[in-house]
Amino acid sequence: MSEPGPAPILPSSAALDAPAALALLRTMWRIRVFEERVGVLKRADEVYGLIHLSIGGEGVAAAVCTQLRDDDLVYSGHRAHGHAIAKGAPPDRILAELMGRSDGLCHGLGGSMHLVDVEHGLMGATGVVGGNIPLALGSALAARLSGGEEVAVVFFGDGAVQAGHFNESINLAALWRLPVILVCENNGFAEFTPRSAHTIVERVCDVVAPYGLERETVDGNDVEAVWEAFGRFLGVARGGEGPLLLECLTYRLRGHYEGDPTQYREALAAEEWQQRDPIMRLARRGAAAGWFAAEEVEAAEREAREAVEAAVGFARQSPYPGVELIEELVYAGAQA
Amino acid sequence: MSTTTYVRAINAALAAAMRADERVFVMGEDVAEGGPYTATAGLAEEFGTERVRNTPISEAAICGVAIGAAQSGLRPVLEIMFIDFITLALDQLVNQAAKAHSMSGGQLRVPLVVRTQGGAGQRGGAQHSQSLESWLTHIPGLKVVMPATAADAAGLLASAIADPNPVVFVENKALYFKREELPENPPAVAIGSARTVRAGGDLTIVATSAMVGEALAAAEGLAAEGVEAEVIDPRTLVPLDLDAIVRSTERTGRLVVAHEAVRFGGFGAEIAAEVAAVAFDSLDAPIERVGAPFAPIPLSPGLEDAYLPGAQEIYSAARATLGLAAVR
Repeated sequence: MSEPGPAPILPSSAALDAPAALALLRTMWRIRVFEERVGVLKRADEVYGLIHLSIGGEGVAAAVCTQLRDDDLVYSGHRAHGHAIAKGAPPDRILAELMGRSDGLCHGLGGSMHLVDVEHGLMGATGVVGGNIPLALGSALAARLSGGEEVAVVFFGDGAVQAGHFNESINLAALWRLPVILVCENNGFAEFTPRSAHTIVERVCDVVAPYGLERETVDGNDVEAVWEAFGRFLGVARGGEGPLLLECLTYRLRGHYEGDPTQYREALAAEEWQQRDPIMRLARRGAAAGWFAAEEVEAAEREAREAVEAAVGFARQSPYPGVELIEELVYAGAQA
Repeated sequence: MSTTTYVRAINAALAAAMRADERVFVMGEDVAEGGPYTATAGLAEEFGTERVRNTPISEAAICGVAIGAAQSGLRPVLEIMFIDFITLALDQLVNQAAKAHSMSGGQLRVPLVVRTQGGAGQRGGAQHSQSLESWLTHIPGLKVVMPATAADAAGLLASAIADPNPVVFVENKALYFKREELPENPPAVAIGSARTVRAGGDLTIVATSAMVGEALAAAEGLAAEGVEAEVIDPRTLVPLDLDAIVRSTERTGRLVVAHEAVRFGGFGAEIAAEVAAVAFDSLDAPIERVGAPFAPIPLSPGLEDAYLPGAQEIYSAARATLGLAAVR
């Protein structure tokens, strides 16, 4: 078991097609509109706690999660809204959670950094950078020991890579060849400082190189590239092999958290962002490939706005939880 | 009945749980080799190395893996070889395992047992001898179990493995090879129930882990002087069977709390405060606490022996509650 075997052979890539591309576009719009709305709600003090937005990096969440099943287990970090939406968690219950309401996914006990939706395989987001990685290994181990073909996926930023539990986890995952896919969203910033201030190793794929695991660095704002690379990795993990690391170079359009004055970097020029924006890129690519008509692109955005407005309405009318909840769920009771 | 030891009782309880439920598996450093105290000896031979998994020396990762496996349907029993090393796993234990159920609004469950061991007296030095259980009792969501006998170790381990919550199971290396008579299939012991180890009407001594034996020795000394001490072992610190302690103290009017951990900030302070809050009117004397001095555990034999609290300190504390001088 501890013998490191040969790296798994990747199946040939399935190309992105019209239905999958449309699903990606819709998912990205849902995340974009949801998070823009959350930014507004934060400034109005309607959502609570530290709010970390993924605007600009929606392509990774969409390309990964739209290929997963409900029984594939996903772990996220503090920047979790996109992963939750893409994994199928209902936006109205996510928003209610951010607003601390009873109908929130976690009844208002968790919040933005701790979204969980077990029904859709979102097993938890953690506010401790990198602390989610070993948990995903545990889910992969459970899949292996129970003989299932479900896989575990964990999202983390490049800031997590310098933490001790990252290296411990990579070593263990490689040693046990666990069917886990590690998805690094490398936005070049760990909180407020650039990657170069944290490490001399620029690419996360190079950090794990000695372990010989299958790995690839892709342009995270090219959703088609992420989709295809992750699809190949998923085929390997479904076969019970792993671990695999997908490094997605992406861009965080907003600050580390809402309210961050972002004085540590230059804003991107509007024209440059137009070129990089994963939604606009896929829209252009899809138009050129004839995947979707202009009306479908417009409908994707419109439907997202309608869904998010409905979510705001739902969350606003949801009551705040009663104080009896504080001590009610500290311990689990015997299973029914 | 047959003669066994604390560590063999743990070993047998692990094997029984693994036979009864295939979701139960063991992981930790050197567990397939039996570990430094033979707690997992023979398990790999019976259950294979998939279910008795050796791990690298990576306490944070292996604790996280155990938590992830637990919330994905398995029932891991993780061994942290020395409680001193639990420091490295505390993020996972405190921020993940303890909070998963509550923070998810009740969606996640972490049926995890972390077996570990503390205790001094074996010249292990300052990093292999500590009693750190009070840290863990301060974390809502964790249960903390601390058996003092082979029967309780077996019975509480069975209950801990069956529990749907993360349970830290704190053994004591000084107790591992003590002999004890035990039935073939020792009964499960409910988590949260104290045991009256010795009945007496003159004062109450609450002692944990290795201090239970020391308290009994102190009680013998007191009995020779005509003082009958009641000795209570809480067995689990969280949840704590405060009722048993309060009922006894209300009867005797005097309380000594003894543990091996550093006295300042130790769990004995919590017991003393809780009892004082609900049974103040029953107390005939100030509550006495026995614990280790506020210093790292020294290596040199004379120093470690002087450092460790024991029967003499408990005896003196008991006499103090009776208004007697601390001499023997």
